[in-house]
Amino acid sequence: MTENDKAVSAKAPSFLDYAPAPESTSVLHLKKHYGLFIDGEFVDGRGDAFTTISPATEKEIASISNANNADVDAAVAAARKAYDRTWSKLSGADRGKYLFRIARLVQERARELAVAESLDNGKPIKESRDVDVPLVAAWFFYYAGWADKLDYAGLGPNPQSLGVAAQVIPWNFPLLMLAWKIAPALAAGNTVVIKPAETTPLSAMIFAEILQQADLPKGVVNIVTGAGDTGQALVNHPDVNKVAFTGSTGVGRAIAKSVAGTGKKVTLELGGKAANIVFDDAPIDQAIEGIVNGIFFNQGHVCCAGSRLLVQENIHDEVVDRLKARLSTLRMGDPLDKNTDIGAINSKAQLDRIRELSNVGEAEGAERWTADCAIPENGFWFAPTIFTNVSTSSRIAREEVFGPVLSVLTFRTPAEAIAKANNTPYGLSAGIWSDKGSRILAVADKLRAGVIWANTFNRFDPASPFGGYKESGYGREGGRHGLAAYLESAGWAAPAVTKGGKK
Amino acid sequence: MTRLTVPKTYKLYIGGKFPRSESGRTYEVTTKKGAFLANASLASRKDARDAVVAARAAVNGWSGATGYNRGQVLYRIAELLEGRREQFVDELMATESLSKSAATTQVDTAIDAWVWYAGWADKYVQVAGNGNPVSGPYFNLSTPEPSGVIAIVAPQDSSSLLGLVSVIAPALVSGNTVVVVAHQNAPLSAISLSEVLATSDVPGGAVNILTGSPAEIAPWLASHADVNGLDLAGAEQLEWVDLQIAAADTLKRVSGPVVGVPAPSIERIVQWTETKTVWHTKSLI
Repeated sequence: MTENDKAVSAKAPSFLDYAPAPESTSVLHLKKHYGLFIDGEFVDGRGDAFTTISPATEKEIASISNANNADVDAAVAAARKAYDRTWSKLSGADRGKYLFRIARLVQERARELAVAESLDNGKPIKESRDVDVPLVAAWFFYYAGWADKLDYAGLGPNPQSLGVAAQVIPWNFPLLMLAWKIAPALAAGNTVVIKPAETTPLSAMIFAEILQQADLPKGVVNIVTGAGDTGQALVNHPDVNKVAFTGSTGVGRAIAKSVAGTGKKVTLELGGKAANIVFDDAPIDQAIEGIVNGIFFNQGHVCCAGSRLLVQENIHDEVVDRLKARLSTLRMGDPLDKNTDIGAINSKAQLDRIRELSNVGEAEGAERWTADCAIPENGFWFAPTIFTNVSTSSRIAREEVFGPVLSVLTFRTPAEAIAKANNTPYGLSAGIWSDKGSRILAVADKLRAGVIWANTFNRFDPASPFGGYKESGYGREGGRHGLAAYLESAGWAAPAVTKGGKK
Repeated sequence: MTRLTVPKTYKLYIGGKFPRSESGRTYEVTTKKGAFLANASLASRKDARDAVVAARAAVNGWSGATGYNRGQVLYRIAELLEGRREQFVDELMATESLSKSAATTQVDTAIDAWVWYAGWADKYVQVAGNGNPVSGPYFNLSTPEPSGVIAIVAPQDSSSLLGLVSVIAPALVSGNTVVVVAHQNAPLSAISLSEVLATSDVPGGAVNILTGSPAEIAPWLASHADVNGLDLAGAEQLEWVDLQIAAADTLKRVSGPVVGVPAPSIERIVQWTETKTVWHTKSLI
């Protein structure tokens, strides 16, 4: 090849250069301002309204009401009234029908919801369109069927709903987390006040319109938007019976403290630092895809992300080389483009945290490699990054980065892999890659994590319980266990041996 | 001539051994009327920490045993307790001023509770777990597993033996290990029970029994980072909300105070378990 040829080929489009293919935003019918959704109506919040922006462009999308304490009071009162007068009196079959309606309406407006989600959150449209929104519909469909079958939920006869559920959800899967919270709560017969994350309220507002279309009785679901203080007012409200929170372990701890002694039933889905264990007999092509999906899905904004790659020492170099090659083909950019693999980081604050921890990783002696991709001028972006030579004590091996940053560690024996995987206060998820079924079963037994993926990663299903061990929180979402989190058992006491105290 | 009796020295039960409190402290246990019965060990913070270390060391062995095996060990406790009924009846009559029939009822109820819980060891997984029909080519199974080390304040208001059994048996069923603070004023049957445990093939460290002041010891257990669950069954008279707040620092699973003695229930087993869900990929054929 002559110098001239090289110059020509450098300019010629590579196989990675695609023409832009943005999803149309014409399906959206956004309002300039969204109020709170209380008692079936949009009402203005009494706090100072805030704006929600697209993290890909930093452009304003809409102004959002901010719920202050009085608004939270009103929302809880509406939920209580709806619980007492309507929802708890409805038959399970009718509750189920409302949930089926919601599932169908979500399917009908799926593209609109996906576009709104990608616009507001920054996640690639292929994920919001093919993962988030379909799962939202699936979640409502699954729990709809439970509503008139509570006697079969394994809690003994006639389990009871709890009352008003206070729910606070994160920004990484805004609509999906809303579905995880609302669907089982309503199926079990509770009413809801939910607070979406400050940076991602948009899809919840469209969901409120869906509730109106479904003709859900007013007050059964109330949506209050705002920041941390709104969430605090909600979970600490004396008239809520259940608190469900997904978010950071720090906030989870604070909630566990604030509800101590109140008798509120609590579900906490908190942070994680999942080990993704790759044995030398793993199906390597699938493993590479699984590692990429494990940590770069949703820009790594996933509590169960496989952020610690534990790779058997003898295949370390091969795996890392192939990972780098694969990451070099990922396209970062416009979340609404159908070809985008990596979208925008959700907020400036999160980007700062990812940058800070990555710098710490380098300072602590790990070797940093970042995919060579063009960073758009505006918005918040962080290119896929791998750290090798990471020590188990390094902060990037211990703290949740919540971004597209993978720490690679090695092991020699299954026992060492297990010890390293469990060497964390978290215990949300883990991955195992091996062609040997007996080894997978043995290793899965020893891992202290609530969800384990064998030869796959980041799979979610409404029938499958999800939740952590240790400081990743307690309670489960999904499946029969997720339903139980919103029910009170009437009791399973053994008859003959019951002896009360003298008190 | 009447024979001079040989009174027992009541000590702690930690790691399968019977040490005195490292603090050297004891307190007087009396009948309700104030007659001297024994000097019990007054456990310290250090004793509590030693007990947690022993409990943690025992987790792998006890939780790794099969359910069938754990069930037989728990049933063995009932067998040995049955053989020593008279001793426990006498102790309860002395410490709780119970009539013979009330003491006998309590001992028998405690024995039956062990039998009831023993039967769950190889069944609770079937009741609390399930296979999940996910939408994809995956074999997906949820199974409960023990949480780890459970710290317990035993019921304090009555029924010192039955109260203790009612809180430790359900935690043990799934393979947890426990550190339990016994009934403060009537701790003798707890230490006698530990002699039963020590000879029932319960591994050393699986149950650790402290006697002394729950108010003094419980805060150290509540805040201990290597404790996974906190059972406040007998903590009603303590500052139990503070204990729950301390437990929140490491997000321990917490069960609140109970009036009287908790009835046997599968919920008490399941509350000290974690549900693990494993997705196994099916190959394309």
